[in-house]
Amino acid sequence: MSLQFVVDGLLTGSMIGLGAIGVTLTYSILRFSNFAHGDFMAWGTYATLAVVSAIGAMFGKVAPIGPLSFGWPLLVALVVGMAFTALLALLLDRVLFSRLRSQGQAIIVVMASFGASMALRSLLEFAFSSRPTYFSRAIQIAMPVGFGIRITPDQIALLLLTAVLVLGVHLLMTRTQTGRSMQALSQNAALARIVGIDVASVVRVTWIIGGALACVAGVMIGILVQIRPFMGFDMLLPMFAAAILGGIGSIPGAVLGGLIIGLAEAGAVQLIGAEWRAAISFIILMAVLSVRPIGLFGVRER
Amino acid sequence: MSETVLDVRNLEAGYEPGVPIVRGASITVSRGEIVVVLGPNGAGKSSFIKAIAGLVPITGGTVLLDGKDITAAPAHTMVRLGLAFVPQTENIFPLMSVEDNLKVACGILERREIPGRIEEMYAAFPDLVRQRRTAAGNLSGGQRQMLAVARALIVHPKVLVLDEPSAGLSPKFVSMVFEMLAGIRKSGVTILLVEQNAKAALAIGDRAYVLVEGKDRHEGVASELWNDPVVAELYLGQRPSHASKGGAA
Repeated sequence: MSLQFVVDGLLTGSMIGLGAIGVTLTYSILRFSNFAHGDFMAWGTYATLAVVSAIGAMFGKVAPIGPLSFGWPLLVALVVGMAFTALLALLLDRVLFSRLRSQGQAIIVVMASFGASMALRSLLEFAFSSRPTYFSRAIQIAMPVGFGIRITPDQIALLLLTAVLVLGVHLLMTRTQTGRSMQALSQNAALARIVGIDVASVVRVTWIIGGALACVAGVMIGILVQIRPFMGFDMLLPMFAAAILGGIGSIPGAVLGGLIIGLAEAGAVQLIGAEWRAAISFIILMAVLSVRPIGLFGVRER
Repeated sequence: MSETVLDVRNLEAGYEPGVPIVRGASITVSRGEIVVVLGPNGAGKSSFIKAIAGLVPITGGTVLLDGKDITAAPAHTMVRLGLAFVPQTENIFPLMSVEDNLKVACGILERREIPGRIEEMYAAFPDLVRQRRTAAGNLSGGQRQMLAVARALIVHPKVLVLDEPSAGLSPKFVSMVFEMLAGIRKSGVTILLVEQNAKAALAIGDRAYVLVEGKDRHEGVASELWNDPVVAELYLGQRPSHASKGGAA
């Protein structure tokens, strides 16, 4: 078989992994499965697209950066999109999740997130139609890098961006007071309050990180594949599988889980055919839950 | 008489409205004292102390800390107000290292003050130094209590409040924990503790209250309380059989 699946798998895995960070954080800190997380991705991507179009209308056509398919407008738009998605997550928490969370039943919040997911997705279809769209229609030539592997400049840039973001979040979680507060809250919420941690502010940081990374993952899909209202929802199963495979609450686990699922999907496409792609995350999810439910980096509940 | 640090008046508290567990309990704690709250099972001792720490809803009465009203202040603001609480169980973050357990509690300290403060805690609790990189969940029961107490002391509280620090510990660790508390008091920290182990607590305490059915029923000098027939009646429901031994300390 061709080793091309490694590049394809790492790219898919990066998108899954970035999304899974948000899933694993919401799950471990807010204690619910946020089904609307995929739709944060889609909203972030459309927001980024809107800003790119606005910049295009203001400044005309901008030359791309070096060999990449996009120029500075996309980078600016991505930052705006990340902020927008973070605000969207905060808003949804304010009007919906926080009220239900205070009632203390996780399943109600999960169901609410399912409803929010449908509403967000339908709003996108309403506003942008369900036809796919693209950041750029330019075709990039993939460069051969040996071993029969070809990679485009965009793909290299996005892999690097993923690595930087993952490292950044990992350092935030382990080296800063904010990160320690997040860990503390996920391990023992009552004790976190006793040691002086303001739970509300840690919850806000959680949404901001999760929302911003969801936007990046969505934009990656937008650049490498296409932009559709369902783009995030379709990633939900792989993202949850990655978060559970890595061990709920673990940032490196979520990313590694994402890469494993990405590679498995890409490998399966070559070995047993593309129609099995979607089944892979489901199979991995079932396998993890039956063999090692706490995941690779998970720790047993006390 | 010395200065009052903590002044709790007619406190009423409970988890559900209309079902008070604490029903009008009053205590005072003076600077530098160890005050012990005793009481039979179900007397509301734990709820009483948790209500003071902002963890059980207060329905009546007041809590003053250094004259400032802190009644029903949100739990996470208590350390800033000067009250540090050590819960009975699950009082450490098990997956975080010993050092991170200390660091995470330093939110109200100045950034540059933190490393020195952590070293001071290690100096006070040398057992923790060797374990600084260990996940706190792997510590022994006694070391966990040390870490929980160090974590509470690190923010210079005006009063250290402990809920049954000896609960669930083996006898060896029980005496270790009480020696530790006596040592902390010597360094000038004011302590309020709830205890089931009356004898050991009275041995290190200055004054004690007996809580029955959510009310303070009796107050006295700790060393005398053990021999007090009223206390024996209230607390043990019988005459103490080892009165002569217990009263000495």
